[in-house]
Amino acid sequence: MVQVLELRAALLSAIRHFFADRDFIEVETPAIVPSPGLDVHLSAFEVRDPRGERVGWLATSPEYQMKRLLSAGAQRIFQVCRSYRGEERGRHHEREFTMLEWYRADATSDALIGDTEELVAFVADSLDQPAPEVQPPWQRMTVDEALQFHAHLTLASLLDDEERFFRVWAEEVQPRLGNERPIVVTDWPASMASLAKLKPNGMADRFEAFFRGVELCNGFGELTDATEQRRRFERDQAERQAGGLPVYPIDERFLADLGRGMPESGGNALGVDRLLMLLLGAASIQAVMPFPEEQL
Amino acid sequence: MADTSDIKKGFKMLLDGVPFAVVDHQFVKPGKGQAFIRTRIKNMMTGAVIDRTFKSGEKLDKADTEERTMQYLYPEGDTRVFMDTKSYEQMALTNEQLGENVHYLLDGTEVDVMLFEGRPIGVTPPTFVELLVTETEPGFKGDTSSNTTKPATLETGLQVNVPLFVNTGDRLKVDTRTSSYVERVKG
Repeated sequence: MVQVLELRAALLSAIRHFFADRDFIEVETPAIVPSPGLDVHLSAFEVRDPRGERVGWLATSPEYQMKRLLSAGAQRIFQVCRSYRGEERGRHHEREFTMLEWYRADATSDALIGDTEELVAFVADSLDQPAPEVQPPWQRMTVDEALQFHAHLTLASLLDDEERFFRVWAEEVQPRLGNERPIVVTDWPASMASLAKLKPNGMADRFEAFFRGVELCNGFGELTDATEQRRRFERDQAERQAGGLPVYPIDERFLADLGRGMPESGGNALGVDRLLMLLLGAASIQAVMPFPEEQL
Repeated sequence: MADTSDIKKGFKMLLDGVPFAVVDHQFVKPGKGQAFIRTRIKNMMTGAVIDRTFKSGEKLDKADTEERTMQYLYPEGDTRVFMDTKSYEQMALTNEQLGENVHYLLDGTEVDVMLFEGRPIGVTPPTFVELLVTETEPGFKGDTSSNTTKPATLETGLQVNVPLFVNTGDRLKVDTRTSSYVERVKG
């Protein structure tokens, strides 16, 4: 246990060192937020005050508030914080976990992919975990290529059935991604763009890195069009309503700040527990956490 | 009605009328996507192990199974007869249902019998049983350390590899999970 504590501390220290060297400032944003994110497959913990009145939700990621900081003029920011997901429990999931999120103003998603590659290599070195396989550059593949390579299916053939897409992805594709070296998967379908802008080819400017079949991070070339973002939020709300899921409110201040001139930006969210697990070759994220939920 | 949040090792569910037991399970959620539970499940009737992926939240039928402690009584045709040690109720399992476990049954051996909808479908023998050697090549005195082994036939027909010092008439402790020799029992 003490060894895990030391390695976690070294990891956090290496992350801070890495970003300080690149002129990022560390920021803190609230854990209790007025909207926890509207993605249909996310569920959040509601927070009530002592009188039973709703205060908000625990953040599923610090995304909205960090982007508001970009609109306020911040150029390069990062945050290491706890994030909360209501129903995610498993070897690679805890309902309370540690997220690293960072943003660059006036940058593309390519710059963020570069940060990710360098960060992981730097952290592996700092932990004294020799990992030649994580040295940049990482392999890249589009979602369509990954589907064709691992499942012999085209993205086009799965586009009208999202559940089938995710089933094929979970069963056939993801377990085989990044088995030798980390891989970056780009060009997600526009319907899964979430808070990413669209590329000229019509695909979402979104990337995910995978290592040994584990999703390590999810990044965007950020959508800065408030009208389009509202349209997506409303679509997600309608889908939540139709599916009998709680319908979280739209964060109006976030949308207002987006419209007030958020710069073209790139952002990425990376699972810190998963990174430590992968670098140490541990079997689960619980093995690298001092208090996973089941041991509390 | 159960759902996927009830899935854990040993959870028993009904799929197309057949009971399956969960051997392994993993929560997976492709980024921003639908969550699934990938499982490895064992057909409790045939022992076959398959992979199956469930949508998170999917409803599941619990299999109506129970395990009862029973005592082995005697063979009868192609079957073996057992008796519930509490209710004295007698039940028969076919040799096919018993498979390898047939070799661990001696008069009076207590086993756990798995019942599905009230009918016996399989047994779990004790982890260790003691069986008599009925046939093996003569042993070599003094050779107690060598890694070399030889085949031996035990009183139930089970064949195991044993160290060279084991003789016909010896009593052996056998691990039923691996069908392997553990040690010679004194006396």
